[in-house]
Amino acid sequence: MLRQNMVEEVLAEVAASSPYSGRDTLSPAVITAMKKVERHHFVPTWLAMFAYLNRPLPIGYGQTISQPLIVALMTDLLQLKEGDKVLEIGTGSGYQAAVLAEIVKSVYSIEIIEPLGKEAAERLKSLGYGNVEVRLGDGYYGWPETAPFDAIIVTAAASHVPPPLLKQLKPGGRMLIPLGAHFMTQYLMVVEKQADGSVTSRQIVPVSFVPLTGGH
Amino acid sequence: MRLSMAVPRPPFIAIGLLSACILAYEVLLTRLFSMVLWHHFAYMIISAAMLGYGASGTALTLLKEKIAPHFGRVYVMAAMALAVLMPVAFMLAQQVPFNPLELLWDKTQIAKLLAVYLLMMLPFFCGGLGIGLVFWYFGREAGRIYACDILGAGAGSLGVIGVLFLVPPPMVLLVLTLLALLAAAIASIELKMRPRWLMGMCLGLALLAAVALPGAWLQVQPSVYKDLSQTLNIAGARVIEERSSPLGQITVVENGRIPFRHAPGMSLNATDEPPPQLGVFVDGDGPAVLTRFDGRLAPLAYLDQLTSALPYHLLQRPHVLVLGAGAGSDVLQALYHSAREIDAVELDRNIIDLVRQRFHDFAGDLYGQPGVQVHAAEARGFVNTSQERYDLIQVALLDSFGIAAAGLYGLSESYLYTVEALQTYLSRLTPDGILAVTRWLTLPPRDALKLFATAVSALERDGVPNPAARLVMIRGWKTVTLLVKNSDFTPQEIAAIKQFSRTRSFDLAYYPGMRADEANRYNLLQQPYFFEGAVALLSPQRQTFLDRYKFYIEPATDDRPHFFRFFKWNAAAELFSLRAQGGMPLLDWSYPLLVATLLQAFAASVVLILAPLAVSRCRRSLPSAQVALYFLAIGLAFMFMEIAFIQKFVLFLSHPLYAVATVLCAFLVFAAAGSWLAGRWQGTGSRHVALAVMVLGALALLYLALLPGLFRALIHLPDAAKIAISVMLIAPLAVCMGIPFPTGMMRLADTAQDSIPWAWAINGCASVVGAVLATLLAIHLGFSVVILLAVLIYGLACAALRGFACAVRP
Repeated sequence: MLRQNMVEEVLAEVAASSPYSGRDTLSPAVITAMKKVERHHFVPTWLAMFAYLNRPLPIGYGQTISQPLIVALMTDLLQLKEGDKVLEIGTGSGYQAAVLAEIVKSVYSIEIIEPLGKEAAERLKSLGYGNVEVRLGDGYYGWPETAPFDAIIVTAAASHVPPPLLKQLKPGGRMLIPLGAHFMTQYLMVVEKQADGSVTSRQIVPVSFVPLTGGH
Repeated sequence: MRLSMAVPRPPFIAIGLLSACILAYEVLLTRLFSMVLWHHFAYMIISAAMLGYGASGTALTLLKEKIAPHFGRVYVMAAMALAVLMPVAFMLAQQVPFNPLELLWDKTQIAKLLAVYLLMMLPFFCGGLGIGLVFWYFGREAGRIYACDILGAGAGSLGVIGVLFLVPPPMVLLVLTLLALLAAAIASIELKMRPRWLMGMCLGLALLAAVALPGAWLQVQPSVYKDLSQTLNIAGARVIEERSSPLGQITVVENGRIPFRHAPGMSLNATDEPPPQLGVFVDGDGPAVLTRFDGRLAPLAYLDQLTSALPYHLLQRPHVLVLGAGAGSDVLQALYHSAREIDAVELDRNIIDLVRQRFHDFAGDLYGQPGVQVHAAEARGFVNTSQERYDLIQVALLDSFGIAAAGLYGLSESYLYTVEALQTYLSRLTPDGILAVTRWLTLPPRDALKLFATAVSALERDGVPNPAARLVMIRGWKTVTLLVKNSDFTPQEIAAIKQFSRTRSFDLAYYPGMRADEANRYNLLQQPYFFEGAVALLSPQRQTFLDRYKFYIEPATDDRPHFFRFFKWNAAAELFSLRAQGGMPLLDWSYPLLVATLLQAFAASVVLILAPLAVSRCRRSLPSAQVALYFLAIGLAFMFMEIAFIQKFVLFLSHPLYAVATVLCAFLVFAAAGSWLAGRWQGTGSRHVALAVMVLGALALLYLALLPGLFRALIHLPDAAKIAISVMLIAPLAVCMGIPFPTGMMRLADTAQDSIPWAWAINGCASVVGAVLATLLAIHLGFSVVILLAVLIYGLACAALRGFACAVRP
């Protein structure tokens, strides 16, 4: 019930921003995944009561779990298909990986903070997400053994997009990077790799807040 | 009630020491809370803590009859409590799990913030109690007491900066504890107190603190959300060097397993990886990086894949000035692009020393390379005094992305990005020279368009007939680079700009003659906001555009140097209504925090200071409206004057730290001299206050008119001469500013001694509120208007003094 309400709130926010974003709902697969994944398992126990509020929460080690709306938008923007293989840089508590795992065939996730990664791996395993593999360490070089990927999501802070990750993205694939400070995602960047290997990016402000640029 | 004087004279030395402790503690807390949290929260917490000073006036009013028989002991106990509470309150405040980043989401954070406030008020309360007690007890000596008080404050504010060069901030807490205990011991001598063991106890405690206090107790525990804390969570990260100065705590981090790879906003087409780097953090924010350089240029190829590399594709072997050189990334970029000569300016000598000495080999003797000159100076000041002409001036990306993204700089004055600053940079360029400024990309656009508007204004003020022909702006996915040229861009240069951008998938945001369909090709925005903004800013409808734009992007000036303020109230209301969609992160946070600080100062003044007095039997000693107005007015006006003139002199003296220290110290020392004079003129005070106010009003107005020209003419003088001139200019002003407070106090001592604690409380509140209000007014109206207001308020005080002198004189 709480999850249902949370997803409905997320959908209402997506619909409210549709005149601006051109997107009036989320894909059915994303909605189903958001309804299914039990977010309260992915936050510290003392914060479980806030797990289904549309807000980010701290998960220890100075890391956060994103606002459900942002998780939903990011997942939706990746335009995933059932048979896809996805790479995630920055496992965190594993919530995003679980949402992805509900949609695609396999998820490979790398966490740089060891204790966080270990906890997430155990959590995902105990919750039955057998299609998620978690690795500890440096995400810069991606996961070459299983590359290329249909989609890559980079939630770890990086000053630039690691060239090895772009290499591991399939032509036609999408990479998603949220930008901003902790608790405060400002905009989402979608990097698209064309069939010829060239890349473009799109910067998406999730809010329907259009700056006025009139006067000329 | 008048007390019989049990002791012959006030404890002048102890007052000075106590006051020095309190001021030094205030400065120190700015450093400590900047390390634990972020600078603007430090400002907020200290502002609230200072209200403890005012609250002590309340306590004194309520308890004075009980305290009176034990004056000496209470005074000494207050000093001892200050000694103990200075470190203890800070250590306890660190234990409160306050996380400002969660303020939006978690209401319990407000309670935690209040807990921090209350803890931090305690030392100021004790210090204020001690000093307020002396004022009340020896009201007739207010002139000399006040002189010692502010002389001590001046020495404390200057001394702590010296001490911060020698010992790390947490250890300075210990130094201040010892000083406060010394003040207690001296007080017991000055007050000829018995028993003698009290003095022995103070000295014993001091010894105990020095020997037995474990260093571990005084550790600073930074927020887990600070960049440094996050970095140290990563396996393999270790701190290999720490340096401390009043400019900041520098931490160098190495990670052999998972290297730093700092290349901000590198092109998506790039295939290069940066060479090994060390992370350099200042107060836990960053990182800037120190990149390994072995003399080979090939590993630096990634530096050509940043938007900031653009000017090197337009200039042949340029003579480059890098402002904000830090650990040298922009110097490496210039070297990579075959710059003929490089002048690098960095404010913090500690950072220069790291590159030159401690990591000399790792950095490949970067600052000792042929053609590279490094200068320890403030950027604007260096350009002001430099006689060189440069082909390129690069203003580096100085702040970290997280801080820029969170809008945390709005309060800070920055003289780097003002219209006058850009004019100065342009005047130091060769006829075809280029100024390049790189900023983080923010969406919706803020910094970049504000910078563009600032450049347009600078060119217009320089009388350039067609500014549009001298501006170019490109953007990547994370950074924006603006070029301002001293002459029109040529077709060849524009071709090179297009080529540079195309090969790196950077977008053209503006160049002279650009077509709309050339914008927004690689890093797609919903609309070509940057191009549209740039075109609007160059059109006759610029003002309409600025007015209608949802963020504040009017150019910053030297009188209103708040480049990082983007806040507009109506946009804030809209973003708040969109908070569920994630609207709040787009808000510029520092401005509402400043307003919150002001409101909390008002509210706390009422709740903690005025209300308890008003409901107690002390309302019998309620001062007349004129008395209240007088102490309110002189508290506000003093802070307005001091803060606004500090800003005016910062630009002249160049170095933010030394300028603030010199100017503050000069203000306090000469105000002390004024107080001393006021003490000598007892009995004829109100005429002298009127005279002082007239003189300071005339001087302030004269300075407003003359200082800009005078500063321009004298800016080339050596530092010592500039400091001497500044002190000479401040002296007469400050002497006049020192007269009203003790004169008012002495008048009360003669006529209504019981109202003195009230006056102390009101003045304490006014000083705190005044400091915040001055900043807020400067953001909107400029520092010149703040000075004008101060003159007006002093005039009001003068009128009030005449009123209260007549009203209460028997």
